[in-house]
Amino acid sequence: MSAAEDVVAEGNETVEAVPKRAMTLGTGTSVVVLLLLLIVPVFAKNFVIFQLTQLLYLGLAVLALNILTGGSGQFSLGQSAFYGIGAYITAVMMEQFNIPYFLCLPVAGVLCFGAGFLFGQPALRLSGVYLALATFALATAMPQLLKLNFLEPWTGGVQGLVVTKPDAPFGLKISQDMWLYYFTLVVVLAIYIFSVNLLRSRSGRAFMAIRDNEIAASAMGVNVALYKTLAFGVSAGITGVAGGLSAIAVQFVAPDSFTITLAIQLFLGMVVGGVGWLPGSIVGAAFIIFVPNIAEGISKGLSGAVFGVLLFLVIYLVPHGARQLAIMGQQLAGRLRKS
Amino acid sequence: MTQAQLAQGTSPLLAVRDVSVVFGGIVALNGVSFDMHKGQILGLIGPNGAGKTTLFNCLSRLYQPSSGDILMEGVSILKRPPHRIAEIGIGRTFQNVALFPNLSVMDNVRVGTHARTSSDIISDSLRLAWIRRSETGVNNKVREILAYLDLEEVAHTTVSGLPFGTQKRVELARALAADPKILLLDEPAGGLNHEEVYVLGDLIRKIRDERHMTVLLVEHHMGLVMSIADHVVALNFGKKLAEGTPAQVQADPDVIKAYLGSKDQ
Repeated sequence: MSAAEDVVAEGNETVEAVPKRAMTLGTGTSVVVLLLLLIVPVFAKNFVIFQLTQLLYLGLAVLALNILTGGSGQFSLGQSAFYGIGAYITAVMMEQFNIPYFLCLPVAGVLCFGAGFLFGQPALRLSGVYLALATFALATAMPQLLKLNFLEPWTGGVQGLVVTKPDAPFGLKISQDMWLYYFTLVVVLAIYIFSVNLLRSRSGRAFMAIRDNEIAASAMGVNVALYKTLAFGVSAGITGVAGGLSAIAVQFVAPDSFTITLAIQLFLGMVVGGVGWLPGSIVGAAFIIFVPNIAEGISKGLSGAVFGVLLFLVIYLVPHGARQLAIMGQQLAGRLRKS
Repeated sequence: MTQAQLAQGTSPLLAVRDVSVVFGGIVALNGVSFDMHKGQILGLIGPNGAGKTTLFNCLSRLYQPSSGDILMEGVSILKRPPHRIAEIGIGRTFQNVALFPNLSVMDNVRVGTHARTSSDIISDSLRLAWIRRSETGVNNKVREILAYLDLEEVAHTTVSGLPFGTQKRVELARALAADPKILLLDEPAGGLNHEEVYVLGDLIRKIRDERHMTVLLVEHHMGLVMSIADHVVALNFGKKLAEGTPAQVQADPDVIKAYLGSKDQ
């Protein structure tokens, strides 16, 4: 958590430390970002639209981790497990029970909330690196659990499950990819707004109070155990919806898509985006989607090493991630306005 | 003094009854009893290791006494978990300041209202009308307290960057936000200079008089305790050594022997 602490401490002169500002974008920036998200797909090829959809749902998964770690101060390397559960619930409901995709997502969210809330109970006794290890165990177990024999009639076992891509409704004449993009955008924006509301509310303050000082939080009447498990539940629920969206977009779920690698990617995305800064989540997602491609473009044989170097540069130059860039940008804009 | 004297006849606000705490084989507190009456400033003194902090932690439910009872308005608090102490009107500050360092002053004080408000994560996420009303109430109250403690200028500053003395005031503001009946202050003078200590003494008295609170002051600083307390309890080696007005306790031969060293001090 020291990274998040430093950012806030440093940011206190530059960003007006109004809590809202510390967590969201300014109105002007929000409008520009929203317009870009609305317009860009109109001029893009289907593959690019697919990548943008991927950006949105992975950004959502990073945001979920950000609420847990940036908000309540708990680490998780097990997000891939909730992501996988969400993806499988959506896929199984759609393919085995013919339930419309938009009804599957809330179910995935609620069930993953329950799973996260339950997992949060034993995790209460752990903190810091020990909690990271416990969640790591969850991530390691999940692919094998999804392969279990008795679940095979629903999950398709090792083979996985093919998901039918939904058509645009109301006779809209847009491609499936484009429809799915806008559908994902609406879901992600709604959850983003709810998350910002949550972190700015009494519950969000309780999360952050626990993150900063558990004993003091408790003395103020915050039920530490309840809010810690709630944070786990909320994070898992949102991750489940992100997983569900991924199942629809990729049109396929298989156990080995949800390994610890995914959990580490999400963790990476959170750090690159800036711990505790929700808008950074999408920047973090962009990093984990596009930077490996860039690395491959630089050197096919050594793409992993190039990726490592790029990551190292980011950590070295902007240790607080996209949030730091945003603060620097704001300072620059302020200076330009003055002169 | 007058308020406290008036209250003497009535039943105590807080009663510590024969409380003992044993850690392993070590007796940290041994059958300590005293009463706190409404409007009192009660000073709890004693040398290091006397059991002051142990008693303080029993009151804030961080430690469970091995025997005895603690009654708040006649009802035992020993069945309550620590997070349900604020709601019955017991607020506290911490010895070395335990604020939420990454939150602004205003948010720190807002957390103080947690025990006096309610919400759930769904209503909070949707920012429903009743949540907005409740938040407006919280904000008005927080602003009033910040003005009262002269913290308006730093309202939006992150607390980790503030001077120690200011942080102590923020902690006091956070405690006041919960509308406590009893304010437990754990060594509030620690780390303050001579002048600041007297400003603090006036402030504690002002809070007691204007906000009708009862204060338990655990303090090393004899000057502060003797100048503002109505009633003093002296502990040593986990036992109550003496109890009475500051003058009585100061004159008690046992206290002088254990704590003050000689009469001249």
